[in-house]
Amino acid sequence: MKKLLIALVALLPTLAIAASGHVHLEDANVDLHDKASLERGVDLFQHYCSGCHSTQYQRYERVATDIGISADDMRNKYMFTDAKIGELMQNAIPPKDAAKWFGATPPDLTLVARVRGEDWVYSYLKGFYKDPSRPFGVNNTVFPSVGMPHVLEELQGTPVKQEDGTIVVTGGKLNAEEYDQAVRDITGFLVYSAEPVKLERQAMGWWVLGFLFIFFIVAYLLKKEYWKDVH
Amino acid sequence: MVKNLINWIDARIPMTATYNRHVGQYATPTNFNFWYFFGSLAMLVLVNQLLTGIWLTMNYVPTAEGAFASVEYIMRDVEYGWLLRYMHSTGASAFFVVIYLHMFRGLIYGSYQKPRELLWLFGMLIFLVLMAEAFMGYLLPWGQMSYWGAQVIISLFGAIPVIGDDLTLWIRGDYVISGATLNRFFALHVIALPLVLVVLVFLHLIALHEVGSNNPDGIEIKKNKDENGWPVDGIPFHPYYTVKDIMGVAGFLIVFCYVLFFIPEGGGYFLEKPNFEAANSMKTPEHIAPVWYFTPFYAILRAVPDKLGGVIMMGLSIAVLFVLPWLDRCKVKSVRYRSTLHKLNIAQFAISFIVLGYLGVVPATPTLTIVAQVFTFTYFGFFVALWVYSKNEKTKPVPARLTH
Amino acid sequence: MSNAPVDTGRRRFLTAATAVVGGAGAVAVAVPFIKSWNPSAKAKAAGAPVEVNISKVEPGQLIRVEWRGKPVWVVRRTDAVINELPTHDDKLRDPASAEMQQPEYATNPLRSIKPEYFIAVGICTHLGCSPTYLPDSFGEQVEGVTSGFFCPCHGSKFDMAGRVFQGVPAPLNLVIPPHQYVDDGTVIIGVDKGVA
Repeated sequence: MKKLLIALVALLPTLAIAASGHVHLEDANVDLHDKASLERGVDLFQHYCSGCHSTQYQRYERVATDIGISADDMRNKYMFTDAKIGELMQNAIPPKDAAKWFGATPPDLTLVARVRGEDWVYSYLKGFYKDPSRPFGVNNTVFPSVGMPHVLEELQGTPVKQEDGTIVVTGGKLNAEEYDQAVRDITGFLVYSAEPVKLERQAMGWWVLGFLFIFFIVAYLLKKEYWKDVH
Repeated sequence: MVKNLINWIDARIPMTATYNRHVGQYATPTNFNFWYFFGSLAMLVLVNQLLTGIWLTMNYVPTAEGAFASVEYIMRDVEYGWLLRYMHSTGASAFFVVIYLHMFRGLIYGSYQKPRELLWLFGMLIFLVLMAEAFMGYLLPWGQMSYWGAQVIISLFGAIPVIGDDLTLWIRGDYVISGATLNRFFALHVIALPLVLVVLVFLHLIALHEVGSNNPDGIEIKKNKDENGWPVDGIPFHPYYTVKDIMGVAGFLIVFCYVLFFIPEGGGYFLEKPNFEAANSMKTPEHIAPVWYFTPFYAILRAVPDKLGGVIMMGLSIAVLFVLPWLDRCKVKSVRYRSTLHKLNIAQFAISFIVLGYLGVVPATPTLTIVAQVFTFTYFGFFVALWVYSKNEKTKPVPARLTH
Repeated sequence: MSNAPVDTGRRRFLTAATAVVGGAGAVAVAVPFIKSWNPSAKAKAAGAPVEVNISKVEPGQLIRVEWRGKPVWVVRRTDAVINELPTHDDKLRDPASAEMQQPEYATNPLRSIKPEYFIAVGICTHLGCSPTYLPDSFGEQVEGVTSGFFCPCHGSKFDMAGRVFQGVPAPLNLVIPPHQYVDDGTVIIGVDKGVA
């Protein structure tokens, strides 16, 4: 019985890994404190992604305030609809039209970093490669049979999968390092979008824990004092 | 002045008498250990859930169209809405952590035995209602896990012969989970079940204070009283256990707030990742798992290769806990003075429960299904074995006074 | 129970300390509950400043615009009205607008930035009804005053600068919202003068 138990317990983690084993994801290394990166992320997202993908649970104004973009910059540089700055970041295409053009409504991306994880988003954006058999001429290493074009191709260049599985990129405005950073910027913005309150939450957490620690000490001393009667 | 007011009230309702009976003069054993914190902590979490729950309803929209967006509205647009929401979601998991530990305490120290059978039954009812409450609450964010989790659980009722299909239809109020289901679950989650829960908690406390608290030695302190009729091994609940419970609360809150402020998703177990995607009746997530606190029972369900059989076994796995006071025929309560066999049996039960809990989280594979079957067997084996050996169990002598 | 002597001083101190720390914690916990009742980002966005085109408002005309869900009046006062305003100060409760019911820049005899345009929140300071604009027949309410505002709920009366008359239930002059002129024909309501 005991032997069986030990064997089973030892077996479980390997089984779990086998069950969830998927594509290797690259580490996104997002830093939410890096406001410049987040602003570049807003810029890239608004230019390349927001045409089809909304981030409709958040407001322009909040994004601007949190990332440190002035209201004028937000309005002039990063807003392409006639929305007011206090409004939600919906996209310009009505979802029904989008569904008609792309076969499916492009999903809202406000929370994508929470659904998939930041490493997935980062790897996905780096994972496109040329595949003429697909409707948009591209496929993706972390999202097989992806249903969208490689919108960042003008930045990255054309990624072609070699026979050994590696991807070689030719052309593009950015070199490999710059492209990684651009993708990291977008990922950072999406990580921020998924939970804008994250930094505030953690900062508050330290104060709360500090307070509770003091409370615990006082309560412990009080308990000890009274329990002198009993012991 | 204050005294006059108290007298005035006491002439009309038994305020002081009630206070003395339940707090000031409530005789409590002196030897409560770590395991005895979880009763008061369950109370704290209940209050947390009620308060944050009420506040969440102030901004939540219980419609299929508005639910998901309203949760994000709470998380983003409402001042401190994120905190209230995390308090509620973390509180849900904390509730089950605390309740499972509280139940395990009752199990090891025989707190379900005579004369505490009703106390145990009220507790089990609380557990049952709590599971219903948690299940219905989990639908409300209207994410993918909310939707498909509810879909799976409601479909279980379809296994019931003859009426199954009509019953599932009736529960959903539609051919699939829809706004109708959401609305009724909302009503039950925010008012009906909490009311039942509060009444049951009240009865649980009345039952407790009638018979008195058990303790790690499993000795009835009421049997040994001094000349004033006060149990020699008893101390008044206040101030001794109030100050001790306050300390317990502080300790608990450190852990609770750590999770709340630093890992509110609980590694995907407290807030599951797919639930950050709005419910979509056309697309099932790759891997559906119930929230962690249901997984031991869910693993039992999956372990049985027959729909109706699985549902029955899952129901039995909870039902059998209700009859625990009558399965255990031993006169000695605490595990401290019971046989090695009983100790081993409890240990294997705890392991079975945890392993089943783990198995319920991961996707089922043929190997894991066999593992789940083994542990389903040992889970039920605990009760059968207990019933068999407890009749003539070789116990150790129970001391006359509490040990520390 | 042991019979060791009890250090009541220490006991009292620790009880007080726990109560104070615990009480502070309880107050802190109340903060998110209380603050969550403030207007949300959505409400604030909906209550954002409103731009009003006033170039088409004729003399004597009143237009209503909604700002933060409340009616805001823009009245184009005629010269006659402007000339009449200083003549009935003795009948008013607060003729000099001593109570700060208006921004600094509207604390003047006409309670406005431009004499011609009177902009006010059209809500009676008594119990929140919206008064009626009586351009010609206000004389029936206050002798010798041609135009003004009359609240149908409890009979409060205000002149054409929103100043409350004596002997009515309303205690204060009408509120002048923060506003500023972008150009001659456009005013923004909800933003203070000088703030972009």
